[in-house]
Amino acid sequence: MGQLASALVTMILGVMGCAAYFYGSNFLLDKLFPTKSGAAAVVARNLRVANNIRPWLFLGPAVLLLTFYLFYPVIDSIRLSFYGRSGEEFVGLANYKWLFGSDEFYESFRNNMLWLIVVPTAATFFGLIIATMTDRIWWGNIAKSLIFMPMAISFVGASVIWKFIYDFRTGGEDQIGLLNALVVFFGGEPQTWLTIPIWNNFFLMVILIWIQTGFAMVILSAALRGIPDETIEAAVLDGANGFQIFYKIMVPQIWGTIAVVWTTITILVLKVFDIVLAMTNAQWGTQVLANQMFSWMFNGGGDFGRGAVIALVIMVLVIPIMVWNIRRANAEMEGR
Amino acid sequence: MITSSKRTPLTFLVHATVLFLVIIWTIPTAGLFISSIRDKNQLSTSGWWTALATSEQRLVARAHEPKKQVQEGDRFVIRGNLFEGAPGVITQFGSSSLRPDEFEVGTVAELKKGETLQVMENGDYAFSSPVEWKGSRGDRIFYTAEIPPRFTLENYREVLNAEGLGKSFINSLTVTIPATIIPILVAAFAAYALAWMRFPGRALLVAAVVGLLVVPLQMSLIPLLKTYNLIGEFFGVGSKTYVGIWLAHTGFGLPLAIYLLRNYIVGLPREIIESARVDGASDFDIFRKIVLPLSFPALASFAIFQFLWVWNDLLIAMVFLGNDAEHMVLTGQLRELLGSRGGNWEILTASAFITIIIPLCVFFGLQRYLVRGLLAGSVK
Repeated sequence: MGQLASALVTMILGVMGCAAYFYGSNFLLDKLFPTKSGAAAVVARNLRVANNIRPWLFLGPAVLLLTFYLFYPVIDSIRLSFYGRSGEEFVGLANYKWLFGSDEFYESFRNNMLWLIVVPTAATFFGLIIATMTDRIWWGNIAKSLIFMPMAISFVGASVIWKFIYDFRTGGEDQIGLLNALVVFFGGEPQTWLTIPIWNNFFLMVILIWIQTGFAMVILSAALRGIPDETIEAAVLDGANGFQIFYKIMVPQIWGTIAVVWTTITILVLKVFDIVLAMTNAQWGTQVLANQMFSWMFNGGGDFGRGAVIALVIMVLVIPIMVWNIRRANAEMEGR
Repeated sequence: MITSSKRTPLTFLVHATVLFLVIIWTIPTAGLFISSIRDKNQLSTSGWWTALATSEQRLVARAHEPKKQVQEGDRFVIRGNLFEGAPGVITQFGSSSLRPDEFEVGTVAELKKGETLQVMENGDYAFSSPVEWKGSRGDRIFYTAEIPPRFTLENYREVLNAEGLGKSFINSLTVTIPATIIPILVAAFAAYALAWMRFPGRALLVAAVVGLLVVPLQMSLIPLLKTYNLIGEFFGVGSKTYVGIWLAHTGFGLPLAIYLLRNYIVGLPREIIESARVDGASDFDIFRKIVLPLSFPALASFAIFQFLWVWNDLLIAMVFLGNDAEHMVLTGQLRELLGSRGGNWEILTASAFITIIIPLCVFFGLQRYLVRGLLAGSVK
């Protein structure tokens, strides 16, 4: 109970403090430059001054936080990548040399590429298929809701769920993992799935596909609903069958959305480390960049320079998507 | 949507395929839940899909200690019941771990030195010996039994108390609630400014926000960890504090929050805001009295996002809140258990279900807003 009470107090203090800033700063501004009464010239001047200051009162905390938590760290990570373990002594390109000479890096890079190819593609594909099909049946919304559900589950929680499915029992014991039970049922040999090189990566990817398909489905389903009915009716009149309508009429019209879904999942994939950490702890050739970065950050006292270099690799992989996003957002704004 | 759908012969196939996919997608979670309420002996010996069937288990129990023996004629007998009241049917038994299925149930097994053991189907057993039983502990009896399904909340009781999940639950709440509310406040003000106020550098800031949407967290961790250590040293409070993690979550959640809310707020009708301005309302009043109430759907969408994201986060909690038992959040605790209790599925399944129950409630309760938010912010 004591913990609950102190938690409650800290919560209220934290939230109140934040609210107090906005109220207080605006109150001060109104007091310093009153605009409700006084001589017209003074009011006009005050109004101008207040209007110049107020945006920054509104934006202040956000800009500060963004600078401190995202902008400055990105710059500092670049700097740290040229420095040693503790970030004190300059080591030039040593970290980069180490990175490109290390087998572990190639392993995680290869795995990341596999993840990047398989997960966004599979999730988008399943999402599209499910979105199309659920739009046609009366219980589609229930189906969608259930397929969407894993989105709410944490990566660690999902890891437990799937580790249970991959569970392996030695000897003649009954398999309690679903996958091995199925294998045995069909007359196969039970396997320790998570230790089979290369393939174990795919067993980990399944988890993320399971989680992300719902996301793809929701977005694509909305896009499919946005397709003008006339185009489909015209195709039906022309005698197109279901598959033709899907591939030739519907998919081309939602390419833009498919691309958004695909890139969104791509970014997520690059950052995934929880699944690998929880499932295999990067053993048996399942290392990925994000997890490698995490271990260099902490293990054996941590090596900030090497950690920063790996983070930088992830960043470089994200940059094309970032540029594409900004251009798209700019185009959208001009269109308004 | 497609008027022809009823006429196509594919309709049946569509139903079947969707059903198949739904089953695949729900079975993992269902298996977890069912397992978490099963008896732990049954859970570890049979698959959860057999939960309703009678399971055959190999078990071992200790007979009563010798002081409970009674003399019957010229023999000394120890009687008892292996199930101690619980239901079950014994099929085989034995007296050594090497041959647990040595005797059929009901037979009188001849053991060493004239001793005998008889085990009945209902679990009644009788050790009998021509001489008095000695020692302080009873002998072991190995048996194979058919146990009817048994469901229990014992696993939950154990993880909540003994494994410290109750504490982690509160820690998770302490992290999540402020880390959801603070970014909403900060972002709403910023979004309003970016949408409706005029000042130099606005377009640049919007572009920066869109750019920061995709910056991988990993880029921030090391510099922030260093800075946190410095700040903690300076104030003498240690680097792992709740305030620290709230602000970290706020910082990382802000780009999406500002982006979502700005897109929504910029679409509010211009007339309302202009007429309020003409009436002499300051931007602060407009924001508070007009924009904030009107933006409720967008605020709710983001709140759900941020809540799920913070609750489910492992990385930021590990880096900025640490791994000690005092501060461990649910995801961290679950990962810890996955390492230390790797084979104890009764603990893992119950713990996992506790960590996912709140997000699942939020998800099913507020799905509408979640979907709306996803559609608006799918750039992240």
